[in-house]
Amino acid sequence: MSDAASLFKVNGVLLVAIREDIDDTDIVDLQDRLSNAVNDEAVDGVVIDISALEIVDTFVGRVLGQLAKIAHLLSSDTYVVGMRPAVAMTLVELGMTLPEMRTALDVDQAMRRIREGE
Amino acid sequence: MSFVPEAAQHLETAAIKTERDVATARRAASRAMDAIGARAVAKARFVTAVSEVARNALIHGGGGRLAVHADERAVYVICADDGPGIDDVDAALKDGFSTSDSLGKGLGGAQRLAARFEIETSPKGTTIRMASA
Repeated sequence: MSDAASLFKVNGVLLVAIREDIDDTDIVDLQDRLSNAVNDEAVDGVVIDISALEIVDTFVGRVLGQLAKIAHLLSSDTYVVGMRPAVAMTLVELGMTLPEMRTALDVDQAMRRIREGE
Repeated sequence: MSFVPEAAQHLETAAIKTERDVATARRAASRAMDAIGARAVAKARFVTAVSEVARNALIHGGGGRLAVHADERAVYVICADDGPGIDDVDAALKDGFSTSDSLGKGLGGAQRLAARFEIETSPKGTTIRMASA
C-alpha cells in the first residue's frame, strides 16, 4: 500500500505521483500521509500528478477534492496535473467538476504558478 | 432476448469482497476494452461505470461478483450481489442520492456512462447489466 503513491519534496513543493492501480484504501492512506507531510514539512505547495490514472471515478474524484481542500486549509496551494482528456470528459459526465481543485497541464506549469503566487 | 448476445465470449468473473477487488474488477473491464480495440474515451467511460457498480456491490450489497463478456462490438458486464436490494431505484439513480458517504453520483453516473444499463433489484440482491456499446 505504501507505494501506491510517491511523495517527494522539490524546492519547497511536495510532489505526489499517484500510481496506476491505486485502490480505495490506498487513496485514503494517501490522504493521511499527505496531510501530515504538508504540516510537518511546511511546504509552499502540493502538486498531485494523476497522469498514471486511466480513470477517476466518483470515489477517487471526491478524495482528490478533499486532498485539495485539506492542503488549502493548511495554507498550501494545491494543483492536480496530468489529467488525461478521457478522464476529464468522464468526470464532467459524472457531474464531478471539482471546483475546489486547481489544475495545471503538467508539473512545470504547476510549479511556476506556485512560485508566482508567492 | 438476453442482455449478453449468445455469440459473446465470457472472459472472466471477478469476486468483489474487498476494496482491492474493486480495482481488480476495473482492470478486468479495462483488459476487455483493450481486447475489442476500444478508444481511450470509450474505455475511460465504461471502466469508470464498472468501478462505480463494483463499489456499489461492495458497499451496499456486502460484496458480489462481476462477470465480463465481450464480442467484436462491445463489452458486457454483469455485476451481482446478494445484498438487501435497493428500496427506491429511481432515487438511487438520481444524483445526490446516497445512503452512505459517497456523494451519491455513483449509480446515476454509471447509468450515464454505459451505453446500455439495466438494474434488477429485490430483497435477495441486486444485478446490474451494462454494455459498452
